[in-house]
Amino acid sequence: MKKVVRGFYSIAYSVKLCRPDVIAAYPITPQTEIVENLAKMYADGELGNCEYVTAESEFGAASILVGASATGARTFTATCSQGLILMSEVLINAAGMRLPIVLVNTNRALSAPLSIWNDHQDSMILRDAGLMQIYVETNQEAHDMVPVAFKVAENPKVMLPFMINMDGYKLTHAYEPIDLLDQEVVDSFLPPYDPPVYMTTKNPLTFGCYAPPNYYAEFRVVLQNAMERAEKELEKAYKEWAEITGRDWGGHVVTEGVEDAELIAIAMGSLTGMVRNVVSELRNQGKKVGLLKIRTFRPFPAKEIKEILKDVEKILVFERAVSFGYEGPVGMEVKSACFGLTPEFYSFAVGLGGRDVPGEEVMKIINEVYDGKVKQGFHFGTVKPFEEVVV
Amino acid sequence: MVMKITLGGVSKPHSSKTMKTGDWGTEYPVVDEEKCTACKTCEYLCPDACIVVVEKEDGKKVAVPDYDYCKGCGVCFSVCPAGAIKMELKEIYKLEVC
Ligand code: SF4
Ligand code: SF4
Repeated sequence: MKKVVRGFYSIAYSVKLCRPDVIAAYPITPQTEIVENLAKMYADGELGNCEYVTAESEFGAASILVGASATGARTFTATCSQGLILMSEVLINAAGMRLPIVLVNTNRALSAPLSIWNDHQDSMILRDAGLMQIYVETNQEAHDMVPVAFKVAENPKVMLPFMINMDGYKLTHAYEPIDLLDQEVVDSFLPPYDPPVYMTTKNPLTFGCYAPPNYYAEFRVVLQNAMERAEKELEKAYKEWAEITGRDWGGHVVTEGVEDAELIAIAMGSLTGMVRNVVSELRNQGKKVGLLKIRTFRPFPAKEIKEILKDVEKILVFERAVSFGYEGPVGMEVKSACFGLTPEFYSFAVGLGGRDVPGEEVMKIINEVYDGKVKQGFHFGTVKPFEEVVV
Repeated sequence: MVMKITLGGVSKPHSSKTMKTGDWGTEYPVVDEEKCTACKTCEYLCPDACIVVVEKEDGKKVAVPDYDYCKGCGVCFSVCPAGAIKMELKEIYKLEVC
């Protein structure tokens, strides 16, 4: 059933259909209305036996979910930015404890200075945490990926936390006609969570106990193996989703016009739509440009990306974050995946702290790279002229 | 024997007891049994629950640290009202610098 709803609701409604057992959350802009919607559903008795816990902080919310997940509950939270990094200590533990917590991160910049607006600095900080990470382009994709996230996180071959990244404001606050899923469709795709191990009051267990140097390394090898299996299992889940719903979002990556492209532009999240429009306009002008949309960021589909980029002359990455002291994180991953190839490489950090990225800017960047007018390497997008002063 | 790596490092409770963590610290507390009044302040405040007042054979009660788990944080030393605890540097950390 199609309904015009905001991004928040598209997530909350999908979470409801996944029949969660425990939701714990702490409000933070621009995530708050996801859990407000869920809290309302809970108050209205629409969430079955689900427990909804209002935590005292994001650290508390994540900790509550670690406990709940260890008892075999299906768990969900949403957060972003400072909230996500406050959760990070717990989430990294959850990955090590192999607890399939699903969270939606409504991407927002990091302080300081304080910014409530969108970029990808928050989730990039958790790159190495052991969480699966995907980035969605639209609210329909976000809506559809919630059941996929639970399915893969709870897959006994995987058992890892799963973070869906959706751009704060750009998606969360936007109205979009959403084909809201039916309960039967979600039920047929997502079975009840069958935890391989869980504790009860009668069968207490210790999760993530101490491992001295003669044991620790093996646990991390096992975590890496789980991520490698996750690459296959997630791919399968994407396919199954397409078959069941008829909505095919593609695999780990999606390409357009890359076969004969001289330049391939790479983007993640909601910016992809803008890059796609510009790329197709340039195609119409006869320029050989293509688009590579990265959907899955962890596990990183390196082999697939290398295969797509193997013959291209120029790679151009649109970054939404910066690893200070080096360059943009997506470009770093792409270059690492392309080791052995010798394309020209360019990356541009755009839209930091929610700055608008107009089509003209995307067009200008692609054209300048295509025409060989900029130096290779990392650049910032449009910044105003400034002078550094003390006060 | 092949090592068994459980999912998420899940283990039976109390297995942490078999993991001796007393080698983490740099210093260790030494209780002066003459000065100790068995007031239990250290026992209540030790963050690792590893200094306990016990009754010795001669009937005298004194605080006894459990070196298998003591982290050498020095809390017991700083809270003891009788000044009965001093912290000593472990042998392996004694380095002669010329
Ligand atoms: S040094 Fe710290 S850990 Fe050791 S017994 Fe004293 S209070 Fe406990
Ligand atoms: S605090 Fe001092 S006096 Fe009191 S029990 Fe501990 S060691 Fe003895």
